[in-house]
Amino acid sequence: MTDAAATTGASARSGDEIGFRNQLRARWGRLDPAQRAAISIGVIILVSIPLFFLDHALGFGLLTIGAIYWIRRLPPLPWRIAAEAGLVLVFLVAGPRSLAALLAIAFVLSWVPGKYRPPAYAGAALLLAVFYPFYAGKMFTVPIFGVWPDVSTGVYMLVFIMMAVGLNIVVGYAGLLDLGYVAFYAMGAYTAAWFASEQFAHTRWHFGAVGIDPTLPGVHVTIWLLLPLAGIIAAVSGIAIGLPTLRLRGDYLAIVTLGFGEILPQIARNGDSLFGFNLTNGPNGITPIDSPGFGHGISNATGGFLPANYLACCNAKVLGHQIQYTDVYFWTAILLLAITVFCSLRLQYSRLGRAWIAIREDETAAAAMGIPLMRTKTWAYASGAFFGGVAGAYYGVYKSSTFPGDFFFNISVFILCMVVLGGMGNVWGVIVGAAFLAYLNQEGLANTGAWLNSNIHVAGWRPNIDVPLYSGGIYGVILIVVVLFRPEGLIPSRRRAAEFHEGVHDQPLYDVTHEQAHFDAQGAEV
Amino acid sequence: MAADASAPPLARRIPRPGLISAIGLAFVVGLVLWLIINFTKSPSTFVQVSVYGLTVGCLYALIALGYTLVYGILELINFANGDVFMLGGMFTITYSTTFFNLHEGQGPVIVPILIVTLFMVMISCGLINALIERVAYRPLRNAPRLAPLITAIGASFIIEDIGLIFWGPNYVPAPSVFPTSSVLSVGGVTVTWNMLIVFLFTIPVLLMLLWLVQRTRQGKAMRATAQDMDASAMMGIDVNKTISFTFLLAGALAGAAGFLYAYNVTTVRWDQGFQLGLIAFTAAVLGGIGNLPGAVLGGLLIGLIQNWNEGLPWHAPGSDWTESIVFSILILILVFRPEGLLGERTPEGG
Repeated sequence: MTDAAATTGASARSGDEIGFRNQLRARWGRLDPAQRAAISIGVIILVSIPLFFLDHALGFGLLTIGAIYWIRRLPPLPWRIAAEAGLVLVFLVAGPRSLAALLAIAFVLSWVPGKYRPPAYAGAALLLAVFYPFYAGKMFTVPIFGVWPDVSTGVYMLVFIMMAVGLNIVVGYAGLLDLGYVAFYAMGAYTAAWFASEQFAHTRWHFGAVGIDPTLPGVHVTIWLLLPLAGIIAAVSGIAIGLPTLRLRGDYLAIVTLGFGEILPQIARNGDSLFGFNLTNGPNGITPIDSPGFGHGISNATGGFLPANYLACCNAKVLGHQIQYTDVYFWTAILLLAITVFCSLRLQYSRLGRAWIAIREDETAAAAMGIPLMRTKTWAYASGAFFGGVAGAYYGVYKSSTFPGDFFFNISVFILCMVVLGGMGNVWGVIVGAAFLAYLNQEGLANTGAWLNSNIHVAGWRPNIDVPLYSGGIYGVILIVVVLFRPEGLIPSRRRAAEFHEGVHDQPLYDVTHEQAHFDAQGAEV
Repeated sequence: MAADASAPPLARRIPRPGLISAIGLAFVVGLVLWLIINFTKSPSTFVQVSVYGLTVGCLYALIALGYTLVYGILELINFANGDVFMLGGMFTITYSTTFFNLHEGQGPVIVPILIVTLFMVMISCGLINALIERVAYRPLRNAPRLAPLITAIGASFIIEDIGLIFWGPNYVPAPSVFPTSSVLSVGGVTVTWNMLIVFLFTIPVLLMLLWLVQRTRQGKAMRATAQDMDASAMMGIDVNKTISFTFLLAGALAGAAGFLYAYNVTTVRWDQGFQLGLIAFTAAVLGGIGNLPGAVLGGLLIGLIQNWNEGLPWHAPGSDWTESIVFSILILILVFRPEGLLGERTPEGG
């Protein structure tokens, strides 16, 4: 494919001064710092003046970003530290103070020496997330995006981050395209619904379901057992789907998973009389699902720290914040996500994880090195499904309901979009991408639409766009733009970026032309 | 379509154990028994349902041809094909009603209007499909396989939203201009004009397509490109142009399907394309992807199965289960016979 390669994407980009972007970058590099400063400050001011008229906050926001950009390029001591302190002080005096606090934290983190950065960043992110319910209402308004997300949106975000991290194992680590991930989400949600509701009202079986009235009919199992159970059921179904289909080449696998993603919701929709048995209650869904809790025994033993029942909990006031049940769901979700991320990271560097990467990069070579292809791929599928199932079960419990309408193909693409946007193969990137997209889906698009419709008006004309209605197209644009211009995602894994830019040999070995075309890139790397 | 004997097979098949093939055989035998019982219980219903099925199958076949053409040349599933079909339906309605003021009860003047509309729709859809290839697939020709699949999904969602923006979230009605009077009626089975038009359109299209791929210079270029892109470039074939032409052709077929759908069903909605596209893709896989008569055979079979499932009186699962059945067929075919019924990409190229 030498002819095509010379004219298209990947190889053109790697040239030094080929293309407008690289020429610009090279010319920028030849300027001296004073010139660069003058040009960039001029550009920022020029751009922010019209924005200032559009929306004051937007103009200020751009100026602040420009200021931070230049502060980061000052000589460290004493100028940078003084400028940072000055900027924080400006916001501390003139408000919003929450922005001052956020900037202070960011600046302090930026002084952490490189060796300690990953744990410092992760720890800070975890702390900020845990305390989010306490300061969510006090945060400044972001231009365009509006207020910071609600805590209930936070739960939604955490659940979808969990699913994205799970899908990342399949798509990012093992390089298998799964277009039916929503099936595992559905599996988890229905597992929770079956084992913790009055769906099967003809029986009465309680197992550790503390905080639930013991006379209620139906199956009631404690949620803390249901979460892993949902994961295991999803994983087993993942294996069941995977075993016959993982032999297929990538794009066929995508189609098969898509097919499963379409079949399962239809079974859920039609499942109100499967041979006369009401399995899923059809389009009405299963609701309510038991709320989680630890029961009075544990609750009293821990001095009320662990609530007896999530829905009927929390009259405590901590740090001036009345704790609500969404906060408790939020913290539980953080714990689940932390476990997911921990497992995902440990898997990545394990023997299995390295086998996944080997298969992704070159299946034939991996097989030649003694990696059992089928077993390794199936494990990727099962582990990805496990986290999807757990996340689905938790979300079902949080919503206290599950409907077949929740499991459309769009959700699969939505989660895939998170993984692609954030950076396939990099857990941190996937978390950022998923958080952003989940926020967009829940609040961001509506807020952005409101901002557009109220701030943009030309001679009495207002756009009046219902932005959330077009979410599908927006995700489509994100998918295409990211894959075309930054296939490694926002926060790439270095290894995956190299694969995208240099091309990989993911064709079967007997295709001689491909072998030859990729030989140079491969040889250079080795 | 075109082909190459040395290229890798779609999937490396493990030898099938006897048990599985026995189960498969039992399944097929059960299906045939079910059909026979239905036929004996009420022959006229059976035949009528089958005729409907063949009509729907022709539409699926037209869309499936688009999938198969593109897959044959690039080994890429063009997810946007189904949505281009939806746009075809929308274009049909807009062109004929706003440009030519088409409405019901106009007499024979509708014939030239419909023919002009059809050509305009085919050209529009073809150009859109070629544009999708240019923007979303061509830059990724050397990227890992995952990349163009992801952009294909993105393109599909964007096209859906274009339909949503321009034609709104509700069903768009089309004037019911195809005559519904019966052409022939034998023992309770009627074939109406609107059904016959679909057949009269699909059969010549398939023959022309076969002729184009097997007998013309352009078809030769397509087959050569499908076999080996580098070698055909060395032989002086403009590979990019050939691929663009293939997408144009696939889009035009999808547009024609949209035209027939719009006037047969008389409503189109922005989100119908994807689902029907997936069913048509199943048809292409069933017949053997890359194989033109295979796509038609698969389309007809899927159309028949869908209508048998929805229309037969004795123990038919009903329309609630159509998608499940179609996708189960897809999965079973992919697992047990990935090369499809007629075999994938035969060297004769058709």
